[in-house]
Amino acid sequence: MAVTVKIPAQLRPVVDNNATVSVETGGTVSEVLDALYGQFPDLKDRISENGELRRFVNVYVADEDIRFADGLETAVADGAEVTILPAVAGGC
Amino acid sequence: MAVDALKCKECGTKYPLEALFVCDQCFGPLEVEYDFSNIDVEEAKRTIQTGPQSIWRYSEFLPFTERPKSRLATGLSPLIHAPRLGEYLGGLKNVYVKNEASNPTHSFKDRVVSVAMAKAQELGYEVIACASTGNLANAVAAHAAAAGLDSYVFIPTDLEEQKILATGVYGTELVGVKGNYDDVNRLCTELSAEYDWAFVNINMRPYYSEGSKTLAYEAIEQLGWKVPDRIVSPIASGSLFTKLYKGFNEWIDLGLAEGTTPTFHGAQATGCNPVADAFEDGRDFCKPVKPDTIAKSLAIGNPADGPYALDVARSTGGSIEQVTDDEIRYGIKLLAHTTGVFTETAGGVTVASLKKIAERGEIDPDETVVVYVTGEGLKTLDAARGTFEKYEIEPTVDAFNEFVPTPVTA
Repeated sequence: MAVTVKIPAQLRPVVDNNATVSVETGGTVSEVLDALYGQFPDLKDRISENGELRRFVNVYVADEDIRFADGLETAVADGAEVTILPAVAGGC
Repeated sequence: MAVDALKCKECGTKYPLEALFVCDQCFGPLEVEYDFSNIDVEEAKRTIQTGPQSIWRYSEFLPFTERPKSRLATGLSPLIHAPRLGEYLGGLKNVYVKNEASNPTHSFKDRVVSVAMAKAQELGYEVIACASTGNLANAVAAHAAAAGLDSYVFIPTDLEEQKILATGVYGTELVGVKGNYDDVNRLCTELSAEYDWAFVNINMRPYYSEGSKTLAYEAIEQLGWKVPDRIVSPIASGSLFTKLYKGFNEWIDLGLAEGTTPTFHGAQATGCNPVADAFEDGRDFCKPVKPDTIAKSLAIGNPADGPYALDVARSTGGSIEQVTDDEIRYGIKLLAHTTGVFTETAGGVTVASLKKIAERGEIDPDETVVVYVTGEGLKTLDAARGTFEKYEIEPTVDAFNEFVPTPVTA
């Protein structure tokens, strides 16, 4: 089962400068991220703290914010796209 | 000039003054840091008072080493004493309306865009872009046209027609995105990594947001270098709200302004209330929502500065209010009837929130209250439709006498 993870510019240096990374796992966002941390150990502290995502990190599965679904337990289907983005953007 | 560096608001890591907006280490927002230790207060005052009739009179407190120029002068909007509004709210004597409709594109967004554009030009960018709920779209398109720069403006497709027309007219590349503002924002965040453009509210965001501080400086200057006791401001992402706080405190700390930090009230629509809900629930984080409100300029379901806005409201003893669409329409009408100022829906949210706070009896009649009316009513005309009666008569005196009530005093 393969999932594509889109990496924001700020994190590309810790994932060998890739804009997307393919992960051979699935199930939940949590499992996808763990697989990603396994490949790129430096990524973990950048976006997570005490097992939770840092508060200025947004994660989307198939373009939907995971906070509208089940957070880190949101299901990720085979072939789905997971997007990590900084939350600090936009606004008035 | 006092500008020093960019600094992460979460972990404190410092960065050079470049097109950066997120901390590499923890993803926290970057903010402009200043070193005001060499500022002579009397001299700073004189520089401001003899400066240009625009926000650039405050350039010493903005992220520049030289005073920028822009072709569309922004700022110095009127601070209107509103005794009739105060009277309606139970006898408040010192309510002031800061009317931002007087800016070049009729909203406070001219301030943030002026600052972001000046910085973008300094950094050598040739294309300006933004994700917008409408007012920002107007401002980016206009200021880019005036400066002769190419611009790309991304908006949700369902924006008010007035805001779409008042953007396209400036000759920008206008892109309607099928989704809500948060979808537009996500797309632009991704595009900002692909294109070497200055997205004013993404990679220019630390500079852009500093422009909002001028709304605090101006209120202080217009009140005779005094800080108001209380302010009411709309909240979308929370950026304006938190930068007002920064602006007031910078001048209080320097001794440029007389007084203490105002009580801060934020205003949201019930149909897009992530910050107000978090305030009511006692949470220090916001749960994103899918917006459904007539206050489209405030329809940000995923507010970037939400946690900081909560801190500001709580630490100043203020609040974050939420009002329904009907209350918003009433707020627009109340402001128009009592002050002669016609505001867009965001101003309706703010005035309706002020009414709620006043009705709770929290405001002393002698307090100075500044209400930030951030945009122009002509941009959201639908909100005024059906809120008043209109007589249609034959062109005869008899018809007039028959159908139109005459004033009691006549």
